[in-house]
Amino acid sequence: MTEGVFAIGLGHYLTVAAILFTLGIFGIFLNRKNLIVLMMSIELILLAVNINLVAFSSFLGDLVGQVFTMFVLTVAAAEAAIGLAIVVVFYRNRRSIEVEDINRMKG
Amino acid sequence: MIVASLAFYLFSFMAIIGALNVIFQRNPVHSVLWLIFTFFNAAGLFVLLGAEFVAMILVVVYVGAVAVLFLFVVMMLDVNVAMLREGFLRYMPVGAVIGIVLLVELAVVMGGWAFAPSAHLLSAAPTPDMAQVSNTQALGALLYTKYVYLFQVSGIILLVAMIGSIVLTLRRRPDSRKQVIADQVARRAEDTLEVVKVQTGQGVAL
Repeated sequence: MTEGVFAIGLGHYLTVAAILFTLGIFGIFLNRKNLIVLMMSIELILLAVNINLVAFSSFLGDLVGQVFTMFVLTVAAAEAAIGLAIVVVFYRNRRSIEVEDINRMKG
Repeated sequence: MIVASLAFYLFSFMAIIGALNVIFQRNPVHSVLWLIFTFFNAAGLFVLLGAEFVAMILVVVYVGAVAVLFLFVVMMLDVNVAMLREGFLRYMPVGAVIGIVLLVELAVVMGGWAFAPSAHLLSAAPTPDMAQVSNTQALGALLYTKYVYLFQVSGIILLVAMIGSIVLTLRRRPDSRKQVIADQVARRAEDTLEVVKVQTGQGVAL
C-alpha cells in the first residue's frame, strides 16, 4: 500500500467536489450580468454533486450511486435545455441577459 | 498506485483550474470552453473511481450536448462583453464571504464524519466483481430491472424538456411573407375573377 499524500481516499474526492461546489456558488454571486455564465455555475454545482455520488458509490461498493448520477445528468441536461430556451426568449424581449433586468413580474 | 495518485492530483487540479476559469473568464465563449475542460477532467476522476460508463456518459452528454448547446446560445446572443463585467467587484465581497463560509462548513462536515462500521451491509446494490462483470454491464443490469420506472420517468423528463424548449423558442412572425400552399390550392376562379359585359359608352361600376 502507498502512504502519505499518495494514498487517495474518499476524503480527497469529497474535497475536490466541495471546492467545485463552492466555486459554483461563487460564480452565481459574481456573474450577475450574464445569465449564461450563471447557468454554467449551476452545471459546476451539479458536477460536484455527481463527483460526490460516484465517490461514495465507489468507496462503499454500492452501484446505486452511479445510477443516480445518470439521473442527475438527465435532469441537468433537461434543465440546461429549458433554461437556455428561456434565456433566448428573454433576450428577444429585452435585448439583454442581465439578472437585474429580470423584473417584469415585480417579484 | 503512485501513477493513479498522480493522475488523481492532475485531474483534480485541472478541474479546479477549469472551474476557476469558467467563473473568471471575461468572454462567455472562453467560459464554455473551460467548462468543457472541467468536464473532461471530471470524467478522468470518474475513470479513476472505476465508473467508466458514467465517465463516458459525462463526456458524451455534457461535452457533446450541453456544452455545445451553451456554445450555440452564447454565439447566438450578441451581448456586449465589456458591459457584462460591470459590477464584478461590487458582488465580489459578498460572494467571497458566502463562498468561504460554505467551504468552512463543508470542511467541518467532512472533518467530523466517518462511515458507520456497518455501512457496507446496508448497500442496496453491491458492486459485482469488476474482473467478471464490466461496469457498464452491471449498471445496465441494475438500471433496466430495479430502476426501470425511474429510467422511464427520466425519458419523460427529457421529452418534456424537448417540447418545452421548442414551444418557448418557436416564434411566429406575422410580418414575414411566406407561401401558404393550402390557400393557393383552395383558390377558385369564381372567388376572385368576375367577367363583366361592358356596354359601349357606359363604363363599369366597380
